[in-house]
Amino acid sequence: MRLEPKPAPPLVLLLLYPAAAVAATLVISAILVLAAGASPFSVFYLVGKGAAGSQFAVLETLTRATPLIFTGLAVAVAFRAKLWNIGAEAQLYGGAVMTVLLGTGALALPAPFLLPVIAVGAMAAGAALLLGPALLKTRFGVDEVVTTLLLNFIMLLFVSMLLEGPLKDPMGLGWPQSPRVAAEAQLPRLVAGKRLHFGFVLAVLSAVAVWVVMARTVLGYQMRAVGHNPAAAGFAGIAVDGVLMKTALLSGGLAALAGFSEVAGLKGNLTLDLSPGFGYSGIVVAMLAMLNPLGVVAAAIFVAGIFVGADAMSRTARVPSYIADVMVATALLTMVAAILFSRFRVRWR
Amino acid sequence: MDAIDILFTASFWVAAIRIASPLIFATMGELVCERAGVLNLGIEGIMTAGAFAGWFTVYAGGDLWSGVLVAALAGSMFGLLHALLTVPLGLSQHVVGIGITLLATSLTYFTYRLALPEVTSPPKIAPFEPFPIPGLSGIPVLGEALFSQTPLTYLAFSSVALVAWVLYRTPLGLAVRAAGESPAAVEAQGISVTAIRVGAVMAGSALMAVGGAFLTMSAFNSFFFQMINGRGWIAIALVVFGSWRPGKALLGAILFAAFDAYQIRLQQLSGGVVPYQLFLMMPYVLSILALVLVARRATYPKALMIPYQKGER
Repeated sequence: MRLEPKPAPPLVLLLLYPAAAVAATLVISAILVLAAGASPFSVFYLVGKGAAGSQFAVLETLTRATPLIFTGLAVAVAFRAKLWNIGAEAQLYGGAVMTVLLGTGALALPAPFLLPVIAVGAMAAGAALLLGPALLKTRFGVDEVVTTLLLNFIMLLFVSMLLEGPLKDPMGLGWPQSPRVAAEAQLPRLVAGKRLHFGFVLAVLSAVAVWVVMARTVLGYQMRAVGHNPAAAGFAGIAVDGVLMKTALLSGGLAALAGFSEVAGLKGNLTLDLSPGFGYSGIVVAMLAMLNPLGVVAAAIFVAGIFVGADAMSRTARVPSYIADVMVATALLTMVAAILFSRFRVRWR
Repeated sequence: MDAIDILFTASFWVAAIRIASPLIFATMGELVCERAGVLNLGIEGIMTAGAFAGWFTVYAGGDLWSGVLVAALAGSMFGLLHALLTVPLGLSQHVVGIGITLLATSLTYFTYRLALPEVTSPPKIAPFEPFPIPGLSGIPVLGEALFSQTPLTYLAFSSVALVAWVLYRTPLGLAVRAAGESPAAVEAQGISVTAIRVGAVMAGSALMAVGGAFLTMSAFNSFFFQMINGRGWIAIALVVFGSWRPGKALLGAILFAAFDAYQIRLQQLSGGVVPYQLFLMMPYVLSILALVLVARRATYPKALMIPYQKGER
């Protein structure tokens, strides 16, 4: 068999491919649901109801989508320039640590000034965490996939060390958790009495900003050029290493905002289970969005809906909630295959 | 006991070889994939699946060697999926690899919860017992470290010899190495690059899965979540460190495991003054350092991560 390029299909048809990927995912997960001895239709109904069946469900889904938008954007930006940042998890925790450091009384500023300062500090921490692997890549030729992956483990141990040492909450009854950030360092809630917070608005605004950068600025053009063909980009006068550095700073900073918004908006403090793999799910979100920053918002809400819905479903049906992780991983693989088939046709010979 | 004395105790080397065993399987598996031109980032998930498949086979009443076989089979199935997506379809090996890791891990956890819905502490099996090799195990220190291990450790060392022999002494190995260096040359010989690469990824993934099974069937006796704990990623670093040669990669794995065994003992020696997390970080930091050391003179297989399409250059 061989693959032949085909002309880009019109936009409506282009949207059919993600739809086909989602359909394939549903079929595969239906088989697993059957293996668990439940009816796929009732399970999917329960997942849908748990994700979007009530005001509470919708708000929960949007709350869960917030960190995924940030990590999805981080991955989308990096992958565009073919900088394989698999370390969004570490950068998220970097941002969270900085939020706790600055938000627990280190800075005495009124709320309107304090929050932006903390956000910038968090972004700097995340950016620094990706700058290391990016420098190792450009200076020494060390593959950034392995270094960013290993940094996830190092960072989690570092956070564990902080939570049992300097950042330990004296009132925490021995639990490894940080003290709560001050009231001025907390993001306001969007709906009174509900968990959805201002971080969601920040995430959507970030997506728009990243879209503008990627689609309408010279830097975005350079990042895309480096991603397509670094040799050609260099020949055209683009400083490839410099663009990769800027990409790393932007990507790491975006991932760190996920940690900032989870601590300042939702949890109020830092624990070791702040992120149930948001960094890794960000890869799925970015690929489902075909690396489009605006698509990331939709993809993050979709993925969050699966997780929130599956949690609700597993409380009533006897299907383990890990079905959500299986669905998300399957969606990633079917999606990359779908993107391929939208650009190439298979010739059997 | 002094920090230097540790190096001269037999128990230290026994532990080092035990810690090295799963890494040796995983490193050989990744090496086979990469020599054929495919970066397999599914390794972490494939090891998780292998750890569960082997353990569960024994738990369900099978014998230990059937467990190893089932683990290898499960690994090769995920390898097949990886290869189908990356070889004939030529999809990004980075994205597919991460996808395979996410899929294999979540499928394993799903199956575990489905099979054992009510358990709080994971059930135990009777794992492989140490099997001292008559005669050789009597040698002081060396005999204890190398020849009083479980059969799976011997299998790990045999896999290095097997991989080295196949890669450098057989026509099949030549084709595998050529598929990673110059696939067009393989095709010119009338050999299908697709078949070689798919086969190599399946065989390599089977080895990775057995490496995972070592943890549940030899090092420990039960399966728990997150037990692979980055060993797959460390194996990828070890392949680079070993410059894609089985012998050097074996030495790297043993050196690495010796450091790991050493830090555990230092941790006990330090008496809790130094935070234990710093010791636990060492394997990961060491992997990054090893990569930095060799990166400048690393000679990657030339066609690594480059999909091959017949008739194209």
